[in-house]
Order: sequence, then C-alpha cells, then structure tokens
Amino acid sequence: MQMRAVLASRFFSLFVLAAMIGLLPLAFPSGYYFRVAALVWISALAAIGLNILMGQAGQVSLGHAGFFGIGAYAVAIGPAHLGVPPWAALVLGAALSGILALVIGKPVLRLRGHYLAIATLGLGVLVAIVLTNESRWTGGPDGMPVQRLVLFGWRVAGAETWYWVSGAVLLLGTWLALNLTDTPTGRALRALHDSEVAARVVGIDVAAYKLRAFVIAAVYASVAGSLLALMNSFITPDQAGFLHSVELVTMVVVGGLGSVLGAIVGAAVLVTLPQLLTVFREYEHLVLGLLIMLFMIFLREGIVPSLRAIFAARLRTRAAG
Amino acid sequence: MAEFLQFLFSGLTVGAVYAMVALGFTLIYNASDVVNFAQGEFVMIGGMVTVFAAAAGLPLPLAAVLAVLIAVAVGLLLHALAIEPARGASAVTLIIITIGASIFLRGVAQVLFDRQAHGLPAFSGDAPIRFMGAAVLPQSLWVLGGAVATFLLLYLFLDRTLLGKAVLATAANRLAARLVGINTRTVMALAFGASAAIGAVAGILITPITLTSYDAGTLLALKGFAAAMLGGMGSPFGAVLGGLLLGLFESFSAGYVSSTYKDAVAFVTILLVLFAMPSGLLGRRAVERV
Amino acid sequence: MLSRRTLAGAVLLAFAFATPASAQNTVKIGTVLSVTGPAAFLGEPEEKTIKMYTDKINAEGGIKGKKIELVSYDDGGDANKARTFATRLVEEDKVVAVLGGSTTGTTLAMIPVFEEAKIPFISFGGAIEIVEPVRKFVYKTPHTDKMACQKIFEDMRLRKITKIGIISSTDGFGKSMREQCLKVAKEGGVEFVADETHGPRDADVTPQLTKIKNTPGLQGLVHTGFGQHGAVVTRNVRQIGLQVPFYQNHGVASKSYIELSGEAANGVRLPAAALLLAEKLADNDPQKPVVVAYKQVYEKTANQPVSTFGGHAYDGFFILIEAMKRANSLDPQKINAEIEKTKGFIGTAGIVNMSPTDHLGLDLTAFKMLEIRNGDWVEVKAGS
Repeated sequence: MQMRAVLASRFFSLFVLAAMIGLLPLAFPSGYYFRVAALVWISALAAIGLNILMGQAGQVSLGHAGFFGIGAYAVAIGPAHLGVPPWAALVLGAALSGILALVIGKPVLRLRGHYLAIATLGLGVLVAIVLTNESRWTGGPDGMPVQRLVLFGWRVAGAETWYWVSGAVLLLGTWLALNLTDTPTGRALRALHDSEVAARVVGIDVAAYKLRAFVIAAVYASVAGSLLALMNSFITPDQAGFLHSVELVTMVVVGGLGSVLGAIVGAAVLVTLPQLLTVFREYEHLVLGLLIMLFMIFLREGIVPSLRAIFAARLRTRAAG
Repeated sequence: MAEFLQFLFSGLTVGAVYAMVALGFTLIYNASDVVNFAQGEFVMIGGMVTVFAAAAGLPLPLAAVLAVLIAVAVGLLLHALAIEPARGASAVTLIIITIGASIFLRGVAQVLFDRQAHGLPAFSGDAPIRFMGAAVLPQSLWVLGGAVATFLLLYLFLDRTLLGKAVLATAANRLAARLVGINTRTVMALAFGASAAIGAVAGILITPITLTSYDAGTLLALKGFAAAMLGGMGSPFGAVLGGLLLGLFESFSAGYVSSTYKDAVAFVTILLVLFAMPSGLLGRRAVERV
Repeated sequence: MLSRRTLAGAVLLAFAFATPASAQNTVKIGTVLSVTGPAAFLGEPEEKTIKMYTDKINAEGGIKGKKIELVSYDDGGDANKARTFATRLVEEDKVVAVLGGSTTGTTLAMIPVFEEAKIPFISFGGAIEIVEPVRKFVYKTPHTDKMACQKIFEDMRLRKITKIGIISSTDGFGKSMREQCLKVAKEGGVEFVADETHGPRDADVTPQLTKIKNTPGLQGLVHTGFGQHGAVVTRNVRQIGLQVPFYQNHGVASKSYIELSGEAANGVRLPAAALLLAEKLADNDPQKPVVVAYKQVYEKTANQPVSTFGGHAYDGFFILIEAMKRANSLDPQKINAEIEKTKGFIGTAGIVNMSPTDHLGLDLTAFKMLEIRNGDWVEVKAGS
C-alpha cells in the first residue's frame, strides 16, 4: 500500500528524472551519448508542454512545431539581425509564442476534434511557410547559423554542457507541469478532458482554461526550440514543419496521454529509435512504422500508463494473495 | 480572360486531385470515425504498382487493375491487423496507428520499388486542348471526371443501397447499428477496402500529371485532409467541394497574389471558413454525447 | 518499480548505442546522405556510387593493404538528424574522413562538428556558402549554383537574350540558385522582368508560368530547383505554349528528367557536367575515359541511368582516396592537407585543382551547355 502511495506522489516522477539525469552520464562513453540524451531532454520539454494541452485539456494540436520554430528562430534572428543577446531572445521568443497562442487560440479552440486538428495544422504550416520564404531574415530552406549562448561570460558549447543545461531546464519544466496538475487549473483541465459539458455545468470557464493550456504548451515548445537552435548553433525550417508536429504528437501519445513521465519516455523512444534502427539499413522506416503501430495497439494508453496499470494490478493480486 | 481561364483550369486540375484523396478520407471516417493518415499511401500504391507492373510488361489497363487490387488488399489488411485490434482506443491513438501505418507503407515501398520519381503516359495524349487562349491537358479532364464519378458512385452507394445505409448507421452509433443486426466489423472492413480502391484509382489518374514516388502520399494526405475538413468531414459532396475549392484557392492566389504564399493563402482561407463555420462547409454539426 | 524502470531505460540506451567492434586492419570512412526524404533523388545515387567503389577497392586489396570500412547514415534530408549522425561519426565511429551532406542545409548543419574535430569533410551540396568563406576542413565537388547562373547568362548574352523570367522552386536548391542568379544578373548582362516560385511538389505551375508568359518583353526563362519534379515545370511550359528559350539547371541533370518530360524536353538547355555526354565526348577530351568508365560501372551495378549527382559522389570519393594514398597515414589532418593539394584530378564534373583558397577547384570550363534533342543530350556551342 505504501508503495502505491509513493508511486502516486507527484514528486516520484521528478525524483526518477533527476536521478536519471544525474546518473546516466556515468554510463556514457562519448560525447555522442550526451548529444542524443540532450536531444531527448529538449524534445521531452516540448512533449510535456503539448501533453498539458492534449493529455490534460484534451485538445489536439497538429501544428505545435510552429511554436518550436518560433522559439528556434527567435534565438537565431534576435542576435543576428536585431542585436538582442541570445538569452533575451529565448525569453522574447517564448513571450511571442505565448502571445500568438493567446490571440490565435481564442477562435481556434472553439473548434472541436478533427476541425481543431486541421486548424492547428494550418497554423503550424503557416509558420513554416514564412520561415522558409523570408530568406532575408531566416536564411530560407537551407537554414541559418545561430550565435553561441553566452551566460555571464560563460560560453555554452559542447554536447556535455548542453546535456546539463537541457537537463536542468527539463527538470524545471517537469516540476512546473507536475505542480500544475494539482492546482485548480490542473483539476479544471482534467474535468474538461473527461467531459466538456459536465465541466461547464459545474461552473468551469471551459474556454479560458483551454486557452491557458494552449498558451502554456506554446511556451514550452518555444523554449525547447530555442534550446535546440542554441545547441546546434544552426537551424532549418524543418523544425517548424508538419512532420515535426506529428512527431511531437506521437511522442505524447506513445508515452502516455496525461502522464508527465510518459511525455519524457515518449520523447526518449522517438529520439533514440532512429539512432537504434540504423542497423536495419534500408528497412529502417519499415521497422519504425511497425513499432509505432505495435506500441499503440498493445499499449494503447501509452507506455507509462499501461505499464503502471500492469504493475498496479500485480500489486493488488499480491496484496490479495 | 485567357489568364483567368488558365488559373481556373489549373485550380480544377489540382483541386480534382485533392478531391479524390478527400473522398477516401470521407468514406473511412463515415464508417469508423477514424481519420486515416495512410490515405495518401493508397494513392502512392495505385501509382507505383501501375508503373512497375507496366514496366514489367503488363498492359497498362491490366497493371492498373492489379494496382487497385493490391491497394484494396492493403486496405483490408490495415483494418484487420491494425485498426480492428485497437478497437475502442481513443481517436488520437487511432490516428497515431494510421501514421505508423503510413510510415510503414512508405518503408515497404522504398524497399520494394525505388526512391525515384516515375510517370505514366497520359491516357489521351499530351496535346493540350486550347480554349479561349488557355490550355488544359486531356489528363486533367480524366482526373476531374474520375473525381465526379467517384463522388456519384459513393453518393449512390451511401444513399441508395442497404449496405451504404449500414455504413452511415455504423458511423452514427455503432452499438445501435449492431443492435439492429448490422455486422459493423464487415462494414468497417468494406469501408477500408473501398477507400483504398478510391485512393488507388486517384493515384493512377494523377500520376501522368503529378508523377509519383514512394513518398508522394505525405503531401497528398495533408492536402486531402485539409480539403475534407474544409468541405465538412463525412460529407462526400463536401469532400469534392473542399478539394476543388482548395485547388482554386491555390491557383488563383498563385496567379493574382503571390506564388510564394499560395499555400499560406489557402490555409488562411480554410482557417477563416472554419472560424465562421466550425463544422466545415457541409459538415454535420458535432454534438458531444454526455 | 524504480529499479525496473531505470533498468529498462539503461537497457534501451545500451542497445541504442551499441556499435559493432571493428577489425584492426581497416580504415573508416563515414557518409551522411539524404538517401530518403525529399532529396532522395540526390542521396540514393550518391550512396550507391560510394558503396560500389568501396567494394571494388576492397576487392582489389584496399588502400595500401587497408580495407575501407564504410559507415553510412541516412539523414532523410533533416538537418538536425544529420548533425546527430555527424557527431556519431566523430565520437563513436571515429572515422578519418566524411563524405556527404547531399543538400546545402544538411551540410551547413554538420560543418561545425567536423571543423571542431578537425576531420576532412567533402560535401555534395550545391550552394556556394559551403566553400565561401573557405573552411579548413570543408570541400565540395558539385559546381556552385552561381557558376550555373553564369554559364546560362553567358549563353543568353550570345543569343542576345536580355529580358528574362525566372521560376524557382521553394526548396533549398531552387531558392539558393535564384538568389545567386539575381546577384550575378547585372554582370551577366541580363535583367529579370518576372520572378515566380513554385512548391517542390506542386502538381501544376501553369498559373505562375502564365503570369511570366504575359510579361511584356520577355525573351527567355530559367527554372531553378532540383529533382525530377523539374519535369512537371517543363511540361507546363509547353502546355501553355510559352515559346521563349527555356533553360533548366544542373539540378535536374539525369536521364529520367528527359523521360519524365517526354516531348516537352526537346529544345531545353541546361548547364551540366561532361558525364551526361559520356560516349559522345571528343576522343581527345581528358574526361572521356573517366566518365565513360563510371557510367558503365554505375549503370551495370545500379541498374538505373547515371546522374551527375552520383558523379559528385564519385569525384568526392576518389579525391579522398587519392589523398589518403598520398598521405600514407590515417591521421585526418594529414589527409586533409593532401586533399587541399589535389591538382589535375580528372573527375566527372571537371578537372579539379584545389588550393588553400579554393576548396572546390572547378572553373566555368567544367560546365558544358547542353541541349536536349530527340530525347538525348547534345553539346551546343555557347550562343548558337
């Protein structure tokens, strides 16, 4: 019983994550591992944000990479064209994404289900089109270089450094997301996920809460985009594209809708799989598609919630026996 | 005037392509509430199998029939092996399954065929038909005719046959449909098979114009989905209307506004339409069950 | 639960990063190419070419007794993925040199990794930014887009064509070449009177072409953009009856472009490498034996028509192999120094003369102006 209480505690996830970030490097033989892990942390940050929108508020976004792209190009364009230091550009990009989400979110979130999906998809595509075509500012489809992040005279460079920076930001993002779950906003969002009508009946301002979730998710994605651009010191419009949006949604669903830890696991799976599948050579995509289907058929609630359910069932039988 | 007509012809050609893809989306959605993101891959299979069967020496009509049969088989397998086992899963889970299926099918196609672009000879020659200063390819008329014929068949099927009504009943309420004795499983399988056939026919008709390759489906699925939503998901007439309108938006904005931002103009228009009509032009009004 | 979950994670990671142990008497060369995705048109023949010549060299005993071990990754055209594979080649696979980057975008994303690791990197990307400014460890083998523009304008000037339209694809190749063409238009003596774009996979571009056609004073048309989709543009040009001389670019240069365009391709001109002419080159042309041999080997092994893109990979591969032989060492820096000293290398694209200030080593003479007649390439004298 005590074990289950521990599992249910929201800080359990945070503890697991902190331990992983702290201990993993002990097993890393080279900088490549740090890079892949840093990519996981960055994608996980975007996925956690999207999960607040999808898992908690129950709203699909097929254009989330658009916000990712805004964050990424903010830290590229700000220092290069406007003389804004990179860290300030990151903040500005997040603010811009949040404001855009606020303005656009109002009419868009009135749509439901697949109509919401196509509207958000359209938004994402619009951002990608602008980034691809305004090459005077963005370097066009071939992308543009990004200045190195310098914090208090410290030049943030190298895969290992970025591992720790992105890991720290992810911890912060996870902590905020976990806290949100237990605030009135979090509870309202879950109510609305279960039934919008019921939520409205008990007096929840449904539209306002959906909008809040949309803005939060946009800011998470934007910060993740900024981190990626700063780490790579190079960015292309692909990162704002439709395929990246689909990838982010897949991370959330494969990991487990509504589970913060699930978003991280989903990101880990989708980032490491292509690295792992290179052994299949030309069969790589075939295997990737097959795995995604199998995950969703056999762990339809997502990896983390499904495993948790299996584990809880075992605990119960053990307690009963 | 000649300019306007050329933009119109271009828009109708491209729009007919989108309409065919959108019709495939509509049928599966009607039967199962699933948005099938592998719809574009049916189109690709139609084109690629025809190209390779013809290259292997099969006469073109036979190659085309073979392509449709293979696509139908793939559609049925997709339903039996991936959608049916996940029955009862949430809508977004099903969407991810179809996305996985589309990655898988692309993966198979690039191993089985190749990664190059391929074309087919136009059915009635390459000489454009000139009309008041504008030029239209005979193949465009084939695509347009194909879209209209598919629409009519689908409409007659859904509206006039018992089986078609069973499809609509399954979409409206699966449990109720089963209670009145409809085998919903067969109905859904049928929808996947027919939808794959529609996609494959589209692929065969459009390949002489657009070319095809193992990854041709992605963009088509995106545009076809947009067209279906613009018209209103679930309505065959909406799918055709949405497809043609999307094609026309693109060509007229390329002609009169900016070719660079033609896709942007199209998507902004879709957004504005949805803000005014949240269920698309002809969609059923969605009611949440409590 | 905790231990189980971390254990699962650790297993997954260990699995992900496991790399096969390599034999001692080999030398590792890496490739990162866009074998799938929108640039598969480039990446596929590039990878095939490198594979077939690696096998050939290994069958003949390798480089000074050392067999080549090829480590190839497919970036799918995604710059971020390319960057990760670049890191993997350097940190994990410990290659001595890298070939690839099929596109300009993936190449630019990888450059910092190889510059930092001091490993020579020969790209097959098109844009001039790859070698301008010169970076110590970065080379490229294809002609630049700027050179293609200059070659086209040279031909136009001699044909007294000055007012031209441009239709460019919004992919990286098309956009970059458009910008280069606009930049050198003035010195090339031409003026752009129409400027339109199309998406890389658009089914129909007649609206844009109709606008260009109706531009007063139009004397010629250039298309920039790579891939077989150039065939759609070509067919649309003929469909609407646009009669002015039409120039394609080196990014469509493969036989399948002619096949896919059909009749419409006749009369189209484009700047391209000698490889496309192959057997039709003059017997005293120094490139002839090289390109004929490559063409035969490629078409026999890959079972598809040769393209200049595979040719770029051929050039890069042998520039590297010869530099490795000269360096007689596995030290990447020594190999790099030898690549930079490449002189008189006869490749498919032309005769390559590298220097510390020129990491491309090709000049305009490497380009030939070709015209498509009766479904085949014919060299035309400039301005004829």
